[in-house]
Amino acid sequence: MYAFREATAAFQRAPVLTGLSSAMVGLALFVVGLFGLATYNLRLALSAIEERVEVAVYLRDDARQSEIDLLLAELSAIPEVRTVRFVSKRSALERAQTELPEFSELFMDLEVNPLPQSLEVELRPGARSPDIVRKVSDAALLHPFVEDARYGREWVDRLFTLRRIGAASTAVLGTAFALVAALIIGTALRIAIFARRDEIYIMRLVGAKNSFIRRPFLLEGAIAGLLGGLLAWGLTYGTYRGVYSYLFEVAWVPTAWVLLGLLAGGAFGAFSSALAIRRHLSEV
Amino acid sequence: MIKLTRTSKEYPKRGHALRDVSFHLRKGEFAFLTGHSGSGKSTTMRLIHMDERPTDGEVRACGFSSEHMTGRDLWKVRRRVGFVFQDFRLLPGRTALENVAFALEVTGTPSKAIQARANRLLAQVGLSPKAGAMVNELSGGEQQRVAIARSLVNDPFVLLADEPTGNLDDRATRGVMELFWDINAKGMAVLMATHDLELVRRYPHTRVFELDHGRLVFDSADSAETGPGVPSSPEPLAERGGAA
Repeated sequence: MYAFREATAAFQRAPVLTGLSSAMVGLALFVVGLFGLATYNLRLALSAIEERVEVAVYLRDDARQSEIDLLLAELSAIPEVRTVRFVSKRSALERAQTELPEFSELFMDLEVNPLPQSLEVELRPGARSPDIVRKVSDAALLHPFVEDARYGREWVDRLFTLRRIGAASTAVLGTAFALVAALIIGTALRIAIFARRDEIYIMRLVGAKNSFIRRPFLLEGAIAGLLGGLLAWGLTYGTYRGVYSYLFEVAWVPTAWVLLGLLAGGAFGAFSSALAIRRHLSEV
Repeated sequence: MIKLTRTSKEYPKRGHALRDVSFHLRKGEFAFLTGHSGSGKSTTMRLIHMDERPTDGEVRACGFSSEHMTGRDLWKVRRRVGFVFQDFRLLPGRTALENVAFALEVTGTPSKAIQARANRLLAQVGLSPKAGAMVNELSGGEQQRVAIARSLVNDPFVLLADEPTGNLDDRATRGVMELFWDINAKGMAVLMATHDLELVRRYPHTRVFELDHGRLVFDSADSAETGPGVPSSPEPLAERGGAA
């Protein structure tokens, strides 16, 4: 009760200071929010591309049906493989005619179908990494009747590199700006602690427990962090609406991310104020 | 109650503030701690209050030893050892009642009991009529009474007073001293640091410790003429020119 009363009184005693610190925290967390929004949309885009990652196993024309059936069973047995489809020479030609209408005349004039029969291997979600794709490809290439196995190696590698860069930059920049937010809260709290140093001195003089002295400051820091978090999400949402309406279609982050961001703001606020008050109590 | 055993305190820049000081203040005893400025009176008070740790030796206060004291347990000592300062250290912008109530609140007194108990403490120091007055509107003597009321919120076993009459005129000094004697009569030990030898001489039956350059040079309880239970005399102080 005392802690809550004192924490809210701090906002009334120095509204400009606490308001400014919350605003600065909000701006720092806004950058984190923007990175969150960008990361989420990058993840969605990469997931859509990733779904198209599959291995095409091209078979020699003289491959026997029994051999093809054996390879199909063998590839289907790999845990990361979702489905294996056989595409005959004829089906391959029909698909080419459909998908490449500009070459339809060329396909009509052919006396011999040049396209190979193949197996199309689709992988399970989450198992489309370069390593697994390579493993499936290598397993197919062991058979002499397999002409080639392709999966767009460079393309898959780049896709995953892009994903790693996205995750790493979000983690690094997010942490950096979260630290900036923590420093801002810590500085504002140090000013608040300095303004109330006489009270803290009296508290210690008469035997108040350190935990009792800390509590209002922790609460004040948590409230400042939460307010900063709310402001940050508000700004992020405004940016999202602006981009969605005037530039291109983007997706809003899941509600869990918003709640997590708010909690993180509060936790950062409490943590940085804990450091500030701990330092002060060890000095007096 | 309070026991210093071969206690020394050395500061990195200032050097020794106390050297090998030993004394024992018993339960319910009243004693003066005298000496000129810089003799180590305030350092002794801070060591007893465990604001600082001795460099050598041991300080025991109300069952707590400086050797085993951790920062986490300091509040326990502070609730048993009340402290009053020369400059009162009240919270400005608050009334006398609010200053006492604040101390009660932060030491965990139930909110319903705070008002009544703060009023009772102010009555004990004779300040009931000024309970609602802002502390900066009170005289020095009245402010010191508020500080004394605040120091009593935890019913401490001992009251430390560091030059409590240093900023007061003679009349206010007499009032504050009467208050200390009343408190002592109820069983609380009082250790009062002062450089005012005239004041000490007014109470010839009281125990006196004298510090000089950080050393305990006189304890009236050890004196041949003034052993324990025998009225002490401040004459040795005057002979050594101990007045500030």
